[in-house]
Amino acid sequence: MTAFVELAEQIGNATAVEIMGAGTQRGIGGAVDASKPIVEVRAPTGIVSLDPADMTVRVLAGTPVGVLSAALAEVGQECPLDPEDSAATVGGVLACGCSGIRRIRYGPIRDRVLEVRFITGQGRLVRGGGPTVKNVSGYDFPRLMVGSHGTLGMLVEVVLKTQPLANKSSWYTSELSPALLRTSIYRPACIAWNGKMTYVLLEGHEIDVLSQASELSLEPAQSPPHPIGKHRGRISIDPARIGSLAKRLEDIEVRWLAEIGVGTVHVATNKDAGLHDARLAAHGEGGWLLREAGAPLLDPFGVVPSNREVMGRIRDAFDPSGKLNPGRLPFARFTP
Amino acid sequence: MGRVRVRAEPLELILYQSDAGTARGQASVVCFPESIDDLSFAIRAANRHRVSFVARGSGTGLAGGATPVANSLVIVMTRMNRILEVDPVGRVAWVEPGVLNLDLTRSVRHLGLHYAPDPSSQQACTIGGNVGTNAGGPHCLSAGVTSTHVLAADVVLGNGEIVRLGGLEPDAVGYDLRGCFVGSEGTMGIAASIAVRLTPDPPETRTLLADFTSVDAAAETVSGIIAEGIVPAALEMMDAPITRLVEEFVGAGYPLDAEAVLLIEVTGLIGGVDAEVDAIRRVALEHGARQVKVAITEQDRMLLWKGRKSAFGAIAKVAPDYYLHDIVVPRTRLVEVLKRVYEIAAEQDLLVMNVFHAGDGNLHPLFVFDGSEPGIWERVYAAGDGIVQACLDAGGVLSGEHGIGLEKRDYMSLAYSADDLDAQARLRDAFDPDGFANPEKILPAGSRCGEMKRAPEGTWI
Ligand SMILES: Cc1cc2nc3c(=O)[nH]c(=O)nc-3n(C[C@H](O)[C@H](O)[C@H](O)COP(=O)(O)OP(=O)(O)OC[C@H]3O[C@@H](n4cnc5c(N)ncnc54)[C@H](O)[C@@H]3O)c2cc1C
Repeated sequence: MTAFVELAEQIGNATAVEIMGAGTQRGIGGAVDASKPIVEVRAPTGIVSLDPADMTVRVLAGTPVGVLSAALAEVGQECPLDPEDSAATVGGVLACGCSGIRRIRYGPIRDRVLEVRFITGQGRLVRGGGPTVKNVSGYDFPRLMVGSHGTLGMLVEVVLKTQPLANKSSWYTSELSPALLRTSIYRPACIAWNGKMTYVLLEGHEIDVLSQASELSLEPAQSPPHPIGKHRGRISIDPARIGSLAKRLEDIEVRWLAEIGVGTVHVATNKDAGLHDARLAAHGEGGWLLREAGAPLLDPFGVVPSNREVMGRIRDAFDPSGKLNPGRLPFARFTP
Repeated sequence: MGRVRVRAEPLELILYQSDAGTARGQASVVCFPESIDDLSFAIRAANRHRVSFVARGSGTGLAGGATPVANSLVIVMTRMNRILEVDPVGRVAWVEPGVLNLDLTRSVRHLGLHYAPDPSSQQACTIGGNVGTNAGGPHCLSAGVTSTHVLAADVVLGNGEIVRLGGLEPDAVGYDLRGCFVGSEGTMGIAASIAVRLTPDPPETRTLLADFTSVDAAAETVSGIIAEGIVPAALEMMDAPITRLVEEFVGAGYPLDAEAVLLIEVTGLIGGVDAEVDAIRRVALEHGARQVKVAITEQDRMLLWKGRKSAFGAIAKVAPDYYLHDIVVPRTRLVEVLKRVYEIAAEQDLLVMNVFHAGDGNLHPLFVFDGSEPGIWERVYAAGDGIVQACLDAGGVLSGEHGIGLEKRDYMSLAYSADDLDAQARLRDAFDPDGFANPEKILPAGSRCGEMKRAPEGTWI
């Protein structure tokens, strides 16, 4: 608690603050505006309480996901935040709002957060949600904070819902079409497609995993290679339109991997205009592209949401002087 | 436009003065929009007269969310009840808010799909109301409550403006306004169409009935199952008074001499289902279950569920009045809190029945009484205060699914600090700066820093 109070004072007194995680996704959501003197702040680290019998864990936001996962694994549990780099902090992953590859089964990360404590731009420590697995008392701050890119407050502590580790978890490949696999498999943990090959992750009881794999003649495999390149982004699109997006991406020099049934498409390229072209393809299918790394000249979001006025008012309400991660989420600023 | 059906006859207004909870308010005018344009028109008209408004679905809410205060215009959403679009491949349906929860599931059943949140009131309540309260149900234990299943909504804000929140793409640009809206009890605007996720029916389902000679043993079994690493599809508990009542009412095959029964459902693929059934049976027997019955056929399973789902109907038959509470505690504290609930009932000399979502720690103590008895309401309210305190003492929260509305508004400051409540007020005001949308709900007077405390006009609880 004293750590929170000190942080709150520091943030309250600062004119501009950059909230730091492990720096694995630092450019995401826009570069922080360096025109003002910036104070870098980091959330405290550690697991406050792990309650396996309740399947919840209270963790400080600066804790690396890898550390949390190791502690949970000791009691046979996990929390599927699944960042690509396990050095990423819990708070950082939540603030970016980037869900993991097993979303089709375990849901977006916003559904994992039961309670949040955060420090607003005015240096107030606020708690929202609650520690129980079910709760409708007051407004849903946990969901508001996920994906807010540190523009509404600094997450300092969260309570997450955990789940038992699956008895078996195996990757496969298949020649079958992703659409057919999606309808044939009951609750897959992931179906990923790169235009040539479909990858399937099955999790559950060993008997079920093996029998589904043999029924569909799936081939055991490694997990799909994540697209690599200097410039990286993630497309968010109605999953029904992944097929037509793929056609558009064919003509562009990008590597991609689509999460079937979810609508997240990871793209990477070494070509300077590649990410921009991929973004246009996404827009053509009603989606959008979040720049994750590289492409410094590209706007981080590339779209202005139609409800930006509401977002601007929310940001003003929690950070009236605009000191938290200034420059991120550029559209969410209210100009009356 | 301008042809929105409006009623203002005093007798009819009485129908809209409250929801299914105990708070009464007063409606000035009632209207029935049939389209999003009607809805926006009605809200703008109310704005012009500086009248606030409140959305109403079926009015089955229990926290007073749809109860009009401050002479609000009541906007009844039940005429907007079309299922607009069903995509069986993408497993998404667009619906108008007046669609009844069970009607949605019925309409997609032939596709092997269902809408997962299944409140006990599902025959009567609307999807819009479910979004308003972030409704839960027995099967939300593993499937998640309403918010997990709502992808997008077209919403009319307090100033009549139409905005889309969320979308069919996995992540919307910017803040999760959809997430904020679900569970906001109509205080952030009114949903005019809603995109929900549809869930494939599980290949295998088993329904188990375990009976116990003590409530503690049943509650310990619940914690034991979760501690074993099993999250069943549903895990419901019923104590002796309600079990007997229900059994007399529907004959579901519940044991009449049990002190408590657990109704447990396991779904999925056969390997996992068999393993979980075995483990659950073992845990239950270790904790002293007399018997664990496993129903496999649809018919046997439905009979077991019929008992659970008839609980409130059965109560309505025997008791002139009831008061249904809704609190959530960490699952590891279930035994002690339940014990405290019985003590509180005894202290106030009230009959309490418990039928609830035990798997997620969501208790529903239900007081059954005759409201005409002098002094009875004071005792019922005193018991309610006691239950809320016991819940908070155990690290619990004020509501799991009914919401705060008017009923629990003044408890909010027991659960949250002044800064927490100020933050909630700021979020609400960002959606509805003029404060026209369902005023005086959720947040107690004085939540905004520097605001005067006052009682809502025209209400009595
Ligand atoms: C016997 C019984 C059993 C119940 N069991 C359960 C249960 O198992 N689980 C559970 O969660 N609840 C349960 N409830 C409570 C109730 O059924 C739910 O809260 C339900 O979601 C309310 O739906 P409704 O259509 O009746 O909404 P209403 O009561 O009319 O409204 C509920 C709230 O939603 C708002 N609202 C309504 N429509 C809209 C809209 N279109 N846009 C925005 N806001 C809107 C209203 O303003 C109000 O605040 C039960 C109630 C009863 C009487």
